[in-house]
Amino acid sequence: MREVAIVGAGMTRFGELWNQSLRQMFVEAAAGALNDAGADRVDSMYVGCMSGGQFTGQEHLGPLMADQFGMTGVASVHVESACASGGVALRQAFIEVAAGVSDLVLAVGIEKMTDGADVTNVLATAADQELEVYYGVTFPGLYAMIARAHMHTYGTTEEDLAWVSVKNHRHGAKNDKAQFPTEFTVEQVLSSSMVAEPLRLLHCSPVSDGAAAVLLCPLDQAKQYTDRPVKIVGSGLATGSLALADRDDPAFLDSVQKSGERAFKMAGVGPRDIQVAEVHDCFSIAEVCCIEALGFVERGKGGPAAKDGFTAIGGCIPVNTSGGLKAKGHPVGATGVAQAIEIFRQLRGEAGARQVENARLGLAQNMGGSGASSVVHIFQGV
Amino acid sequence: MAGIVGYGAYIPRKRIKADEIALQWGKNPETIKRGLLLQEKSVPGFDEDTITISVSAGRSAIARAGIDPQKIGALYIGSESHPYAVKPSGTVAAEALGIGPEVHIADFEFACKAGTEAMFVALGLVEAGRVDYAMGIGADTSQGAPDDALEFSASAGGAAFIFGRDDMVAEVIETYSYTSDTPDFWRREGEFYPRHGGRFTGEPAYFKHVLAASRAILEKTGLKAEDFAYAVFHMPNGKFPMTAGKQLGFKKEQLDTGWVVPTMGNTYSGSSPTGLAAILDVAKPDDLILITSFGSGAGSDSFVLKATKRLPEVQGLAPTVRSMLDGPRQYVTYGEYAKFREKIIVNE
Amino acid sequence: MPSPRYTREIPSRYRLEAGRCKGCGKVTYPARTICPSCRGEEIEKINLSPRGKVVTSTVIHVPPDDFLMEAPYAMAVVETPEGARLMTQVVDCEPSTVLPGLEVSLEFRLIRKEGKSGILCYGHKAVPVA
Repeated sequence: MREVAIVGAGMTRFGELWNQSLRQMFVEAAAGALNDAGADRVDSMYVGCMSGGQFTGQEHLGPLMADQFGMTGVASVHVESACASGGVALRQAFIEVAAGVSDLVLAVGIEKMTDGADVTNVLATAADQELEVYYGVTFPGLYAMIARAHMHTYGTTEEDLAWVSVKNHRHGAKNDKAQFPTEFTVEQVLSSSMVAEPLRLLHCSPVSDGAAAVLLCPLDQAKQYTDRPVKIVGSGLATGSLALADRDDPAFLDSVQKSGERAFKMAGVGPRDIQVAEVHDCFSIAEVCCIEALGFVERGKGGPAAKDGFTAIGGCIPVNTSGGLKAKGHPVGATGVAQAIEIFRQLRGEAGARQVENARLGLAQNMGGSGASSVVHIFQGV
Repeated sequence: MAGIVGYGAYIPRKRIKADEIALQWGKNPETIKRGLLLQEKSVPGFDEDTITISVSAGRSAIARAGIDPQKIGALYIGSESHPYAVKPSGTVAAEALGIGPEVHIADFEFACKAGTEAMFVALGLVEAGRVDYAMGIGADTSQGAPDDALEFSASAGGAAFIFGRDDMVAEVIETYSYTSDTPDFWRREGEFYPRHGGRFTGEPAYFKHVLAASRAILEKTGLKAEDFAYAVFHMPNGKFPMTAGKQLGFKKEQLDTGWVVPTMGNTYSGSSPTGLAAILDVAKPDDLILITSFGSGAGSDSFVLKATKRLPEVQGLAPTVRSMLDGPRQYVTYGEYAKFREKIIVNE
Repeated sequence: MPSPRYTREIPSRYRLEAGRCKGCGKVTYPARTICPSCRGEEIEKINLSPRGKVVTSTVIHVPPDDFLMEAPYAMAVVETPEGARLMTQVVDCEPSTVLPGLEVSLEFRLIRKEGKSGILCYGHKAVPVA
């Protein structure tokens, strides 16, 4: 297996991009990544997108995006794993380069959510249609049930959860790509409108448009493109049951634990070796569950981590320095790649006001559904 | 000889008080309650219809009968609010109840008489030896037009009866039907609310048919009012069945048990059948029971039943009518009622 | 929901048909071909008891379009005495009272309508035990 590095990154701003279409966002992010690396070609592309089909009516994104990018003819394929589509696109690109099949591979995550589709319904297609959605559950509803189970089992409080949002908005306020670079107080979170009890509006990531792209090549060719490549030293993908009812403990995300273990094993490191992490905080409770499953805190102890400053910039393990999905925005298919870009910037010392000091090893965790798929990557600065 | 081997009823938990409806339309609640003898009525939720009511009542009937539902050879649901204009309610109910596919199914409609009609036909098939068991159900979620007298009464609920020849809980001694073409109440195809002939629904419609059928069955059986432990007559409001009962010589004590209308409302096809279920909940062996339904259009079915020794053994095997009337209730406002009954126009 | 797809699910939705693995005893709702616990392929059909206990719950305030008129409504994962877990609405009660541990019974209800003119879709919902 060849060693693989990221040599370029590009992304759109995240938000309600009324004047940009799916294809335009793709081109902006992809061109950004190639320009960053000074590359003028790719051998292959992976397009991570949850549901171009339902959000915009457009499927067959592989060839469409290759064509729009002026690269008709290159290998290009759409990959889907709900909200983990971006992270899985990155993993596929990593595998292709590591395997020696291609040298220069672009991983792009993309989503256009504001073109008029019923977003609640489209997102719910990532849950079990026969056993969950049929009965009227929503995604916030599923995470709310995870939250209530966590509160019931471990004593986590609504205030604990609110602190996750407060912390991520503090981080996000320092990110010019973020959809909501605004700080909120705990009181504001706890008085925002109810979405699915106990989750309120400010516990939930927003509906967003955006695209993010990274360019991968073998580490031994990286110097052609950049002085500061970032190595991908671990990649892990795991699945769990689609239906929440099929899990023994609804307060624990098995797939996140397994994907983390696999990535750590490949990298030969453990959770204590990580200095900065992006985890999938589609809802505040998700960050709590993810930091537990990844081993940053003990099982059941994730609740107070944000409130205690453990996961804030300056804390033991800064989590979601980009603002996370909560503040940066969550164009679902784009998220996994955007997380990798944040770690890429952190490990290159380019994160500006939100820079974590002496970050050498970083982790990005991206998940689909209510935790039915999870993909973890571990990165190392060179 | 054939009769009832199992029975069950279902009444939604949502209720609206007569006062709430009266105040909505600027009427005096006390006048309404005194005039119609109605206190409150059941209201179906978004998720309750003739089919779900039939299934819940049917499950209780099967539990009391203690039979394998596969042995039920016919299933008839009488209702004026079948959820589909075309497609049977009975097929859904049969699948849910574990009945069939070797089963004869039909949906009946005869205004408020459709329930006893279903029971009448089910009984007939069993008596004829065509099937071992047959289920007849009366259930409705009827609409009353806003600001119409019917809005105080039109409610939701129903009862199911399984007929068989062995292990009966009540034998059917006699039946009688009386029918004429009387346009006292109707709803044309495609219309949302029914219409009625006001006071024409009384003497020439309800009383004419209920009294004729009841008198005829008494004559046919040689029984007198005082021979009966209980009697129940169709309950379009609180007043009519009491007036009819008294005209036939029944006393209040014989009528009270089945007179469930003051807090349930008029469940149309489920009305007198639910009254009968309430009587079966408490009747003792050898008690004689008279039930006379009424359906606009118009007609009445009468049954004379006699409780058996087995009845007390099954009474506790499923929820009683009284437990549903007096148990957990959710009172709704008129606004919520209008929402639940889909009287509010919303965007698709 | 298109009718062919609806029809296939009738046994589990109408009669709570589930599967029990003859190898390890694991109960799944609905029945599966392969046991998720031991990968056994000998699965016997059972009917779940129409009752259970809330494992976890929520109250949906922002519903999908098809459930707009019903919000706010409680939803829960309910575990039956057989050990099967199913997702269901909990109705006929104050939604905020639906919390882990609540005893419920399962009743046959209308779940959703396919628009104004499509099919009616039935199944089970939970109601707190009085």
